[in-house]
Amino acid sequence: MSNQDNKSPAGSGSSILEAPNILEFPFSRSTGPVIGEFMTRLRAGEIVGAKTKSGKVIVPPTEYDPETGEDIEGLVPVASTGVITTWCWVASPTSKHPMDSPFGWALIKLDGADTAMLHCVKANSASELSVGKKVVARFAENRVGHIKDISYFELQGGN
Amino acid sequence: MAETEAVDPNAPVTKISTPIELTYRFTAGRAASRFIKGLLDKKILGQRCPECLKVYVPPRGSCAACGVPTQEEVELPPSGIVTTFCVVNVPFYGQKIKIPYVTGTILLDGADIGFMHLLQEVEADEVRMGMRVEAIWQDEADMVPGLESIKYFRPTGEPDAPYDDYKEYV
Repeated sequence: MSNQDNKSPAGSGSSILEAPNILEFPFSRSTGPVIGEFMTRLRAGEIVGAKTKSGKVIVPPTEYDPETGEDIEGLVPVASTGVITTWCWVASPTSKHPMDSPFGWALIKLDGADTAMLHCVKANSASELSVGKKVVARFAENRVGHIKDISYFELQGGN
Repeated sequence: MAETEAVDPNAPVTKISTPIELTYRFTAGRAASRFIKGLLDKKILGQRCPECLKVYVPPRGSCAACGVPTQEEVELPPSGIVTTFCVVNVPFYGQKIKIPYVTGTILLDGADIGFMHLLQEVEADEVRMGMRVEAIWQDEADMVPGLESIKYFRPTGEPDAPYDDYKEYV
């Protein structure tokens, strides 16, 4: 390809045009009854999970028991505190990330839940995070019914 | 980003906003860069394949059929025919042109591939396959590095091209 255009100045990088090209899709998704209720309760500052017939509590809630396929019994509140079950550290957040400064992604098992939920954890450095660390949800002031109604989790007892 | 279209802020949540944004940096490459710069000088530059002799516009720097680089530059006239077209009747967000309007595949005289552009100064129900058209350039102040430098194509009033002349391009 290097000599394909013999009329352009040899080796001149400036002769090749570049431009940003941004594609945007303003999707909105139907929640269905269960996630809809989860979001509605998040907006009220409460986290709920799905209780299965075997007594397990799944957070975020599913519409059916993933092990048996049976309908869930209903939605039950869980605590806004929990523990980190696994995590990773984002040292250089991009504009798409939920936080501007370095933070952790973590699976968090909330107290009262039997499954862990993905969310971000605010911390000063990766060394502050570990499996089993206790965290607490910090809710956004203006909540609209979205997972971002939880701004982030922070370490219990402060950072 | 995260707002839902809640009319009543206390109504149950039934949908969530999940916008997707893909940020690319587009590099035109040598051939298309020359094409785009040519448009700013009101020149339409294509490239001819050395093997099949087909003329591509916009040029891509190679012939997809023969798999060889295309080096010979060809200036094309701002006139050609409509090979196919589409009448736009559906309003959509961001629409700038009054409906119904027509977009057509324009085959410039001497080119072997068409490109899509806007047809104006013609009623939608008068556009025909084979209709001869010419480019209307943007005003100097509105010239942009892209095919938008051609404001639109309009009929010339010349007789339609016979189907046999362009059937291989349809």
